[in-house]
Amino acid sequence: MKELLKDLDKAFENKIRLGIMSALVVNEYLDFNNLKNLLDLTDGNLASHLKSLEKKKYIMFKKEFLNRKPKTKYYATDDGRKAFRKHINAIEKLLK
Amino acid sequence: MKEKYIEDLKEIKDMMNRSSRFISLSGLSGISAGISALIGAYVAYQTVYTNQDYQDYGRLFLTDENITQLLLIALGTLFLAIGTGIYFTTRETKKRNLRIWDIQTKRLLINLAIPLLAGGILCLMFLFKGYIGLVAPLTLIFYGLALVNASKYTLHEIRSLGLIEIALGLIATYFIGYGLLFWSIGFGVLHIIYGFIMQRRYKP
Repeated sequence: MKELLKDLDKAFENKIRLGIMSALVVNEYLDFNNLKNLLDLTDGNLASHLKSLEKKKYIMFKKEFLNRKPKTKYYATDDGRKAFRKHINAIEKLLK
Repeated sequence: MKEKYIEDLKEIKDMMNRSSRFISLSGLSGISAGISALIGAYVAYQTVYTNQDYQDYGRLFLTDENITQLLLIALGTLFLAIGTGIYFTTRETKKRNLRIWDIQTKRLLINLAIPLLAGGILCLMFLFKGYIGLVAPLTLIFYGLALVNASKYTLHEIRSLGLIEIALGLIATYFIGYGLLFWSIGFGVLHIIYGFIMQRRYKP
């Protein structure tokens, strides 16, 4: 049991961060507003969860300007994808 | 403890689906598109096939006036099908608390539009060059290709619908005089059948 728990990633314990990561691994990228609508969150709430995933280097962002309006695109990094895969595998083992 | 992780897996699956596919496709919009198509086909049949020599079924002579009438009927059918489709789909997104115009919708429409526009332009060119018999089969084939192309971005049943439309279009190309009949099956009957299936399968 302990062995299994070790593979679970603390970063994905939170439902919102789990949601962000699930959406980013199946999309090339999503911008801030896409994520906000998908998860039904306020700006501040989403930003803080994005920041914590960024700190772990699980996601990265690129800022672009579209008609002078800033648009931030979020991408899952390779590390993030690996960690997410590992987390799901751990859950599946745990549920066996 | 276990419940939390079962819940988590559900959440992951749901989010993956919602973020990458357009899932609010309503079965009712399929049914209404099918009915519009059948009405259109019936009106077209009445307009074009009356005053024709029935001894020689499968072959008919179209005047320029006939072609204009057919184009108008086609446009009317298209607007009716798209209009009711938008209405039912918007209703469905509201029920699911989703937005109608988001990145998933855009992706679906762009991928649907590429084969559809190419096919539409080709059909118009054939129509004006006088290859009228090919128009009905070609609309089926290109519509099928568009569905197969777009199925990655919406409910997966759309792919098999697309494949059937392509097959039907190819058969219709061979039996070229029966274009309207195949067209009614492809755009009318198939849409209604698929609409019922989707409606039963994806009740929110």
